[in-house]
Amino acid sequence: MTGGAQEPDEGASLEDLMAGFRRSSGGATARFGAAQASIIRDLVGQLLELIGGDELEGGALDGGTLDDGPRGPAGADDLAAMIGLTENAELPEDPVLARLLPDAYRDDPEASGEFRRYTEHGLRSGKAAAARTVLATLPSRGGRVRLSRPEAQAWLRALNDVRLALGTRLEVTDDFDDQVVHMSPDDPRVAYVGVYQWLAYLQETLVRALS
Amino acid sequence: MGVAPVEVERPETTQETVPDMPWVTIVWNDPINLMSYVTYVFQTVFGYAKPKAEKLMLDVHHKGKAVVSSGAREAMERDAETLHGFGLWATISHDS
Repeated sequence: MTGGAQEPDEGASLEDLMAGFRRSSGGATARFGAAQASIIRDLVGQLLELIGGDELEGGALDGGTLDDGPRGPAGADDLAAMIGLTENAELPEDPVLARLLPDAYRDDPEASGEFRRYTEHGLRSGKAAAARTVLATLPSRGGRVRLSRPEAQAWLRALNDVRLALGTRLEVTDDFDDQVVHMSPDDPRVAYVGVYQWLAYLQETLVRALS
Repeated sequence: MGVAPVEVERPETTQETVPDMPWVTIVWNDPINLMSYVTYVFQTVFGYAKPKAEKLMLDVHHKGKAVVSSGAREAMERDAETLHGFGLWATISHDS
């Protein structure tokens, strides 16, 4: 099993850092700068807390910290606020949790509740395990990441969950690109649009690497 | 997640509804999931060939939803659970 990588980030070209994921013999590989790694780790860490990762068993956590390396365009606290970290959030009320753990029946609350009772713990555990895989394989200082296929698939799901969370908070709609063009500079969402779009690009390269 | 696909291709005839298999799993369009990712998920979860997975993805995208599997209720609940694990917006329904 290949883990995260250990090389320091020195010598990574801008081209390398913008390339996203590439297919490798075992799965997928990518190179991240310190700021990029910090952003991903912040967001995935917030996701883990939001879905109650602390209370869920399973998965390996490397115990890495977020306190070294430069910050990206947004600090951890801002990102936490953006995702809406609220431990006591009731499922139907928090739109992010409602999107991550949706009802299975559209017009049947009773059946949805029953389904939720049986599946929600497993669903949360699976999402938490994927998030932990990202944290365990992405060094906080950045560098080369080499993923096995199962690890890469976990990254894919975790990146998607982070995008769902961020996209829900940003109120992304089908014409979001048009909205972005007309977004006022005072709009608090502006700072996160770049991160959201970069994550989409990163996920796209990972899908391609695994297809 | 990552369970082997259990879905089997079923003939799309217009016969009478089979009484014990009247349930469907529906995937709904959303503005966040990537088209390439949704296609990948359909291939991975159901074992569909890429053309079929792409067609379903495009149905979701253009028509707002698509039936992605059909069968017994329990099987559809498993499919929905798996799709939720991948972050797709899936529901189960009695009609199509």
